[in-house]
Amino acid sequence: MSGPAPGRAASANRGPMHPTGPGALLVIVPAYNEEGAIAAVVESVHTHVPGTPVLVIDDCSQDSTIDAARLAGAEVLALPHHLGLGGCVQAGYKLAYELGFDFVIRVDGDGQHDARDILRILDRLRTSGCEMVIGSRFAGENGSGTGTVRSLGIRFFRMVLRPILGKPVHDPTSGFVGVNRRALDLFSRSFPLEYPEIEALVVLQRKRFRFEEVPCRMRPRMTGRSSITAMKSMYYIVHVLLGVFVNVLRFEGRRRQQPVEEKKEDRWTTS
Amino acid sequence: MDHLLNVTTGLSVLLLAIVLLSVRRAHIRPEYSVTWLIAAAAMLLLSRVRPLLDLLRRLSGLPDTPLTLFLMGAGVFLIMVFRFSVILSHLRDDNIALAQRVAILEYHVKSQRQP
Repeated sequence: MSGPAPGRAASANRGPMHPTGPGALLVIVPAYNEEGAIAAVVESVHTHVPGTPVLVIDDCSQDSTIDAARLAGAEVLALPHHLGLGGCVQAGYKLAYELGFDFVIRVDGDGQHDARDILRILDRLRTSGCEMVIGSRFAGENGSGTGTVRSLGIRFFRMVLRPILGKPVHDPTSGFVGVNRRALDLFSRSFPLEYPEIEALVVLQRKRFRFEEVPCRMRPRMTGRSSITAMKSMYYIVHVLLGVFVNVLRFEGRRRQQPVEEKKEDRWTTS
Repeated sequence: MDHLLNVTTGLSVLLLAIVLLSVRRAHIRPEYSVTWLIAAAAMLLLSRVRPLLDLLRRLSGLPDTPLTLFLMGAGVFLIMVFRFSVILSHLRDDNIALAQRVAILEYHVKSQRQP
Protein backbone atom coordinates (compact mmCIF):
# COMPACT_ATOMS: atom_id res chain seq x y z
CA MET A 1 0.00 0.00 0.00
CA SER A 2 1.51 3.30 -0.99
CA GLY A 3 1.61 5.94 1.71
CA PRO A 4 0.07 9.36 1.33
CA ALA A 5 1.93 12.62 1.19
CA PRO A 6 1.90 13.71 4.84
CA GLY A 7 1.22 17.38 4.15
CA ARG A 8 -1.82 16.66 2.06
CA ALA A 9 -3.24 14.23 4.56
CA ALA A 10 -2.88 16.70 7.37
CA SER A 11 -4.49 19.56 5.49
CA ALA A 12 -7.34 17.49 4.08
CA ASN A 13 -8.35 16.26 7.51
CA ARG A 14 -8.27 19.68 9.06
CA GLY A 15 -11.99 20.37 9.13
CA PRO A 16 -15.45 19.24 8.13
CA MET A 17 -16.25 18.92 4.46
CA HIS A 18 -18.39 21.70 3.02
CA PRO A 19 -19.17 22.95 -0.47
CA THR A 20 -16.99 25.92 -1.29
CA GLY A 21 -19.56 27.71 -3.43
CA PRO A 22 -22.05 27.29 -6.26
CA GLY A 23 -21.35 24.28 -8.44
CA ALA A 24 -19.33 22.55 -5.74
CA LEU A 25 -18.18 19.03 -6.52
CA LEU A 26 -17.79 16.09 -4.17
CA VAL A 27 -16.10 12.88 -5.23
CA ILE A 28 -17.48 9.83 -3.44
CA VAL A 29 -15.72 6.49 -3.28
CA PRO A 30 -17.72 3.48 -2.04
CA ALA A 31 -15.28 1.00 -0.58
CA TYR A 32 -15.39 -2.44 0.97
CA ASN A 33 -12.11 -4.09 1.95
CA GLU A 34 -10.08 -1.90 -0.39
CA GLU A 35 -7.08 -1.17 1.84
CA GLY A 36 -4.73 -2.05 -1.00
CA ALA A 37 -6.15 0.44 -3.49
CA ILE A 38 -8.03 3.15 -1.63
CA ALA A 39 -5.05 5.39 -0.83
CA ALA A 40 -3.96 5.46 -4.47
CA VAL A 41 -7.53 6.23 -5.58
CA VAL A 42 -7.85 9.14 -3.14
CA GLU A 43 -4.41 10.50 -4.01
CA SER A 44 -5.17 10.23 -7.70
CA VAL A 45 -8.34 12.31 -7.25
CA HIS A 46 -6.43 14.89 -5.23
CA THR A 47 -3.78 15.04 -7.92
CA HIS A 48 -6.07 15.43 -10.90
CA VAL A 49 -8.89 17.41 -9.28
CA PRO A 50 -7.08 19.45 -6.63
CA GLY A 51 -9.17 21.12 -3.98
CA THR A 52 -12.09 18.74 -4.41
CA PRO A 53 -13.16 16.92 -1.26
CA VAL A 54 -13.14 13.14 -1.42
CA LEU A 55 -15.60 11.15 0.66
CA VAL A 56 -14.86 7.48 1.12
CA ILE A 57 -17.95 5.57 2.21
CA ASP A 58 -16.73 2.53 4.04
CA ASP A 59 -19.19 -0.35 3.89
CA CYS A 60 -18.00 -1.82 7.19
CA SER A 61 -14.72 -3.16 5.85
CA GLN A 62 -12.88 -5.78 7.85
CA ASP A 63 -9.47 -4.46 6.85
CA SER A 64 -7.86 -1.06 7.35
CA THR A 65 -9.66 0.72 4.51
CA ILE A 66 -10.79 3.52 6.83
CA ASP A 67 -7.30 4.26 8.12
CA ALA A 68 -5.81 4.12 4.64
CA ALA A 69 -8.46 6.49 3.30
CA ARG A 70 -8.02 8.97 6.18
CA LEU A 71 -4.23 8.90 5.83
CA ALA A 72 -4.59 9.63 2.14
CA GLY A 73 -6.61 12.73 2.96
CA ALA A 74 -10.17 11.60 2.44
CA GLU A 75 -13.17 12.23 4.62
CA VAL A 76 -14.72 8.95 5.71
CA LEU A 77 -18.35 8.06 6.18
CA ALA A 78 -18.23 4.78 8.11
CA LEU A 79 -21.35 2.64 7.88
CA PRO A 80 -22.13 0.70 11.06
CA HIS A 81 -22.73 -2.53 9.17
CA HIS A 82 -22.43 -3.89 5.65
CA LEU A 83 -25.21 -2.52 3.41
CA GLY A 84 -24.07 -3.53 -0.05
CA LEU A 85 -23.08 -1.23 -2.87
CA GLY A 86 -26.43 0.52 -3.32
CA GLY A 87 -26.91 1.35 0.34
CA CYS A 88 -23.30 2.46 0.54
CA VAL A 89 -23.52 4.81 -2.44
CA GLN A 90 -26.88 6.14 -1.30
CA ALA A 91 -25.42 7.04 2.10
CA GLY A 92 -22.87 9.16 0.26
CA TYR A 93 -25.58 10.78 -1.84
CA LYS A 94 -27.60 11.57 1.28
CA LEU A 95 -24.68 13.23 3.02
CA ALA A 96 -23.69 15.16 -0.10
CA TYR A 97 -27.25 16.39 -0.52
CA GLU A 98 -27.50 17.44 3.11
CA LEU A 99 -24.19 19.30 2.93
CA GLY A 100 -25.36 21.17 -0.16
CA PHE A 101 -23.08 19.88 -2.90
CA ASP A 102 -24.29 20.53 -6.44
CA PHE A 103 -22.41 17.76 -8.20
CA VAL A 104 -21.28 14.36 -7.02
CA ILE A 105 -19.08 12.00 -8.99
CA ARG A 106 -18.71 8.41 -7.90
CA VAL A 107 -15.38 6.69 -8.38
CA ASP A 108 -14.93 3.03 -7.51
CA GLY A 109 -12.55 2.21 -4.69
CA ASP A 110 -10.71 -0.52 -6.58
CA GLY A 111 -8.81 1.85 -8.83
CA GLN A 112 -10.55 0.93 -12.09
CA HIS A 113 -11.62 4.47 -12.83
CA ASP A 114 -9.11 7.02 -14.03
CA ALA A 115 -9.35 10.23 -12.01
CA ARG A 116 -8.24 12.22 -15.07
CA ASP A 117 -11.74 11.67 -16.47
CA ILE A 118 -13.51 13.28 -13.50
CA LEU A 119 -13.23 16.76 -14.97
CA ARG A 120 -14.58 15.49 -18.27
CA ILE A 121 -17.68 14.15 -16.51
CA LEU A 122 -18.05 17.33 -14.45
CA ASP A 123 -17.75 19.48 -17.55
CA ARG A 124 -20.50 17.50 -19.30
CA LEU A 125 -22.72 17.73 -16.21
CA ARG A 126 -22.32 21.48 -16.13
CA THR A 127 -22.69 22.19 -19.84
CA SER A 128 -25.39 19.69 -20.81
CA GLY A 129 -27.75 20.31 -17.92
CA CYS A 130 -28.60 16.61 -17.83
CA GLU A 131 -29.03 14.97 -14.46
CA MET A 132 -26.53 12.16 -14.84
CA VAL A 133 -23.36 11.56 -16.81
CA ILE A 134 -21.93 8.07 -17.17
CA GLY A 135 -18.26 7.51 -17.74
CA SER A 136 -18.45 4.88 -20.45
CA ARG A 137 -15.74 2.51 -21.60
CA PHE A 138 -17.66 1.97 -24.83
CA ALA A 139 -18.76 5.48 -25.81
CA GLY A 140 -15.43 6.41 -27.38
CA GLU A 141 -12.54 4.71 -29.06
CA ASN A 142 -11.21 2.85 -26.04
CA GLY A 143 -14.12 0.43 -25.87
CA SER A 144 -12.58 -2.63 -24.36
CA GLY A 145 -11.15 -3.94 -21.13
CA THR A 146 -14.00 -6.16 -20.01
CA GLY A 147 -14.22 -9.92 -19.81
CA THR A 148 -16.35 -12.00 -22.13
CA VAL A 149 -19.12 -12.68 -19.61
CA ARG A 150 -19.44 -9.05 -18.62
CA SER A 151 -19.39 -7.95 -22.27
CA LEU A 152 -22.26 -10.32 -23.00
CA GLY A 153 -24.14 -9.01 -19.98
CA ILE A 154 -23.61 -5.43 -21.06
CA ARG A 155 -24.89 -6.22 -24.58
CA PHE A 156 -27.94 -7.94 -23.15
CA PHE A 157 -28.82 -5.03 -20.89
CA ARG A 158 -28.24 -2.56 -23.70
CA MET A 159 -30.99 -4.34 -25.63
CA VAL A 160 -33.29 -4.44 -22.61
CA LEU A 161 -32.77 -0.79 -21.71
CA ARG A 162 -32.97 0.67 -25.22
CA PRO A 163 -36.80 0.72 -25.46
CA ILE A 164 -37.23 1.65 -21.79
CA LEU A 165 -34.87 4.61 -21.86
CA GLY A 166 -35.76 5.67 -25.37
CA LYS A 167 -32.11 6.01 -26.29
CA PRO A 168 -29.10 3.75 -26.40
CA VAL A 169 -26.82 3.37 -23.42
CA HIS A 170 -23.38 2.00 -24.17
CA ASP A 171 -22.13 1.12 -20.71
CA PRO A 172 -25.08 0.57 -18.36
CA THR A 173 -22.97 -1.22 -15.73
CA SER A 174 -20.45 1.58 -15.32
CA GLY A 175 -20.02 2.81 -11.76
CA PHE A 176 -18.15 5.91 -12.92
CA VAL A 177 -21.14 8.22 -12.64
CA GLY A 178 -21.69 11.90 -12.04
CA VAL A 179 -24.98 13.40 -10.88
CA ASN A 180 -26.27 16.91 -10.35
CA ARG A 181 -28.35 18.12 -7.43
CA ARG A 182 -31.69 17.09 -8.92
CA ALA A 183 -30.53 13.51 -9.34
CA LEU A 184 -28.90 13.72 -5.92
CA ASP A 185 -32.26 14.66 -4.42
CA LEU A 186 -33.91 11.73 -6.19
CA PHE A 187 -31.23 9.17 -5.39
CA SER A 188 -30.99 10.19 -1.76
CA ARG A 189 -34.65 9.15 -1.48
CA SER A 190 -34.76 6.29 -3.93
CA PHE A 191 -31.81 4.16 -4.95
CA PRO A 192 -31.49 0.47 -5.76
CA LEU A 193 -29.75 -1.64 -3.14
CA GLU A 194 -27.84 -4.29 -5.03
CA TYR A 195 -26.16 -3.81 -8.41
CA PRO A 196 -27.56 -0.27 -8.59
CA GLU A 197 -26.13 1.03 -11.86
CA ILE A 198 -28.68 -0.36 -14.31
CA GLU A 199 -31.72 0.11 -12.11
CA ALA A 200 -30.64 3.68 -11.33
CA LEU A 201 -31.02 4.48 -15.02
CA VAL A 202 -34.64 3.35 -14.91
CA VAL A 203 -35.26 5.25 -11.67
CA LEU A 204 -33.92 8.30 -13.49
CA GLN A 205 -36.15 7.64 -16.48
CA ARG A 206 -39.19 7.41 -14.24
CA LYS A 207 -38.63 11.05 -13.38
CA ARG A 208 -37.96 11.88 -17.02
CA PHE A 209 -34.44 12.93 -16.08
CA ARG A 210 -31.78 12.82 -18.75
CA PHE A 211 -28.41 11.13 -18.88
CA GLU A 212 -25.45 11.29 -21.21
CA GLU A 213 -22.29 9.27 -21.64
CA VAL A 214 -18.74 10.43 -22.03
CA PRO A 215 -15.87 8.16 -23.06
CA CYS A 216 -13.62 7.23 -20.16
CA ARG A 217 -10.62 5.06 -19.54
CA MET A 218 -11.04 1.94 -17.44
CA ARG A 219 -8.16 0.04 -15.88
CA PRO A 220 -7.94 -3.40 -14.35
CA ARG A 221 -8.69 -3.28 -10.63
CA MET A 222 -5.59 -2.69 -8.51
CA THR A 223 -6.27 -5.32 -5.87
CA GLY A 224 -8.86 -7.90 -4.94
CA ARG A 225 -11.52 -9.44 -7.15
CA SER A 226 -14.87 -8.32 -8.49
CA SER A 227 -17.79 -9.15 -6.24
CA ILE A 228 -19.66 -10.49 -9.28
CA THR A 229 -18.31 -13.98 -9.74
CA ALA A 230 -19.36 -16.37 -12.50
CA MET A 231 -21.77 -18.05 -10.08
CA LYS A 232 -23.36 -14.73 -9.19
CA SER A 233 -23.81 -13.68 -12.81
CA MET A 234 -27.14 -15.45 -13.24
CA TYR A 235 -28.40 -14.06 -9.96
CA TYR A 236 -27.21 -10.63 -11.13
CA ILE A 237 -29.13 -10.88 -14.40
CA VAL A 238 -32.34 -12.09 -12.78
CA HIS A 239 -32.11 -9.55 -9.96
CA VAL A 240 -31.45 -6.61 -12.25
CA LEU A 241 -34.12 -7.68 -14.74
CA LEU A 242 -36.63 -7.89 -11.91
CA GLY A 243 -35.56 -4.48 -10.64
CA VAL A 244 -35.91 -2.98 -14.11
CA PHE A 245 -39.30 -4.61 -14.58
CA VAL A 246 -40.59 -3.36 -11.23
CA ASN A 247 -39.35 0.13 -12.01
CA VAL A 248 -41.11 0.08 -15.36
CA LEU A 249 -44.34 -0.92 -13.62
CA ARG A 250 -43.88 1.90 -11.15
CA PHE A 251 -43.19 4.26 -14.01
CA GLU A 252 -46.49 3.37 -15.67
CA GLY A 253 -48.36 3.66 -12.40
CA ARG A 254 -46.83 7.04 -11.67
CA ARG A 255 -47.87 8.28 -15.10
CA ARG A 256 -51.50 7.41 -14.36
CA GLN A 257 -51.52 9.15 -10.96
CA GLN A 258 -49.05 11.90 -11.80
CA PRO A 259 -49.42 14.64 -9.20
CA VAL A 260 -50.09 12.40 -6.21
CA GLU A 261 -47.38 12.52 -3.54
CA GLU A 262 -44.54 13.28 -5.90
CA LYS A 263 -42.06 13.69 -3.06
CA LYS A 264 -43.01 10.55 -1.19
CA GLU A 265 -40.09 8.31 -0.44
CA ASP A 266 -39.81 5.09 -2.41
CA ARG A 267 -39.65 2.29 0.07
CA TRP A 268 -38.36 -0.48 -2.13
CA THR A 269 -35.34 1.32 -3.38
CA THR A 270 -34.05 2.62 -0.16
CA SER A 271 -34.51 -0.56 0.08
CA MET B 1 -57.10 -40.94 6.95
CA ASP B 2 -57.72 -40.84 10.70
CA HIS B 3 -54.02 -41.42 11.30
CA LEU B 4 -53.17 -38.46 9.04
CA LEU B 5 -55.65 -36.24 10.87
CA ASN B 6 -54.25 -37.32 14.24
CA VAL B 7 -50.70 -36.58 13.14
CA THR B 8 -51.83 -33.14 11.88
CA THR B 9 -53.55 -32.50 15.21
CA GLY B 10 -50.41 -33.50 17.09
CA LEU B 11 -48.20 -31.26 14.95
CA SER B 12 -50.63 -28.35 15.31
CA VAL B 13 -50.68 -28.71 19.11
CA LEU B 14 -46.89 -28.96 19.13
CA LEU B 15 -46.61 -25.82 17.01
CA LEU B 16 -49.03 -23.96 19.30
CA ALA B 17 -47.00 -25.00 22.33
CA ILE B 18 -43.66 -24.01 20.77
CA VAL B 19 -45.00 -20.62 19.68
CA LEU B 20 -46.55 -19.85 23.06
CA LEU B 21 -43.38 -20.93 24.84
CA SER B 22 -41.27 -18.79 22.50
CA VAL B 23 -43.48 -15.77 23.15
CA ARG B 24 -43.22 -16.36 26.90
CA ARG B 25 -39.42 -16.51 26.64
CA ALA B 26 -39.41 -13.43 24.39
CA HIS B 27 -37.84 -15.34 21.49
CA ILE B 28 -40.68 -14.16 19.25
CA ARG B 29 -42.36 -10.81 19.58
CA PRO B 30 -46.12 -11.19 20.19
CA GLU B 31 -47.05 -9.36 16.97
CA TYR B 32 -45.12 -11.92 14.92
CA SER B 33 -46.45 -14.87 16.85
CA VAL B 34 -50.05 -14.12 15.86
CA THR B 35 -49.54 -15.43 12.33
CA TRP B 36 -48.07 -18.68 13.65
CA LEU B 37 -50.86 -19.09 16.18
CA ILE B 38 -53.53 -18.53 13.54
CA ALA B 39 -51.84 -21.03 11.21
CA ALA B 40 -51.57 -23.66 13.95
CA ALA B 41 -55.17 -23.07 15.05
CA ALA B 42 -56.38 -23.33 11.45
CA MET B 43 -54.61 -26.67 11.01
CA LEU B 44 -55.95 -27.90 14.33
CA LEU B 45 -59.48 -26.94 13.32
CA LEU B 46 -59.19 -28.62 9.93
CA SER B 47 -57.85 -31.82 11.45
CA ARG B 48 -60.51 -32.04 14.18
CA VAL B 49 -63.65 -30.81 12.41
CA ARG B 50 -64.05 -33.34 9.66
CA PRO B 51 -67.22 -31.78 8.12
CA LEU B 52 -65.28 -28.55 7.59
CA LEU B 53 -62.52 -30.41 5.75
CA ASP B 54 -65.10 -32.25 3.64
CA LEU B 55 -66.80 -28.96 2.82
CA LEU B 56 -63.49 -27.47 1.69
CA ARG B 57 -62.78 -30.56 -0.39
CA ARG B 58 -66.16 -30.25 -2.16
CA LEU B 59 -65.74 -26.51 -2.69
CA SER B 60 -62.26 -26.90 -4.12
CA GLY B 61 -63.23 -29.90 -6.24
CA LEU B 62 -60.24 -31.92 -5.06
CA PRO B 63 -60.49 -35.72 -5.37
CA ASP B 64 -59.72 -36.72 -1.78
CA THR B 65 -59.56 -35.39 1.76
CA PRO B 66 -55.85 -36.00 2.55
CA LEU B 67 -54.87 -34.00 -0.52
CA THR B 68 -57.21 -31.22 0.60
CA LEU B 69 -55.63 -31.18 4.05
CA PHE B 70 -52.14 -31.13 2.55
CA LEU B 71 -52.96 -28.30 0.15
CA MET B 72 -54.71 -26.28 2.85
CA GLY B 73 -51.67 -26.67 5.11
CA ALA B 74 -49.29 -25.74 2.30
CA GLY B 75 -51.47 -22.74 1.42
CA VAL B 76 -51.55 -21.49 5.01
CA PHE B 77 -47.78 -21.73 5.33
CA LEU B 78 -47.17 -20.15 1.93
CA ILE B 79 -49.24 -17.16 3.01
CA MET B 80 -47.20 -17.01 6.21
CA VAL B 81 -43.90 -17.11 4.36
CA PHE B 82 -45.10 -14.34 2.07
CA ARG B 83 -46.20 -12.25 5.04
CA PHE B 84 -42.81 -12.70 6.65
CA SER B 85 -41.11 -11.71 3.40
CA VAL B 86 -43.08 -8.47 3.45
CA ILE B 87 -42.13 -7.88 7.09
CA LEU B 88 -38.48 -8.68 6.38
CA SER B 89 -38.43 -6.30 3.43
CA HIS B 90 -39.80 -3.48 5.56
CA LEU B 91 -37.34 -4.24 8.34
CA ARG B 92 -34.45 -4.28 5.87
CA ASP B 93 -35.54 -0.92 4.44
CA ASP B 94 -35.77 0.55 7.92
CA ASN B 95 -32.48 -1.02 8.91
CA ILE B 96 -30.64 0.44 5.93
CA ALA B 97 -32.16 3.88 6.42
CA LEU B 98 -31.19 3.77 10.12
CA ALA B 99 -27.65 2.58 9.40
CA GLN B 100 -27.19 5.39 6.87
CA ARG B 101 -28.61 7.93 9.31
CA VAL B 102 -26.35 6.70 12.12
CA ALA B 103 -23.30 6.96 9.85
CA ILE B 104 -24.25 10.47 8.73
CA LEU B 105 -24.95 11.67 12.28
CA GLU B 106 -21.67 10.15 13.45
CA TYR B 107 -19.92 11.99 10.64
CA HIS B 108 -21.53 15.29 11.68
CA VAL B 109 -20.62 14.72 15.34
CA LYS B 110 -16.99 13.99 14.48
CA SER B 111 -16.89 17.01 12.20
CA GLN B 112 -18.11 19.22 15.04
CA ARG B 113 -15.40 17.89 17.34
CA GLN B 114 -12.62 18.65 14.89
CA PRO B 115 -10.83 21.91 15.67
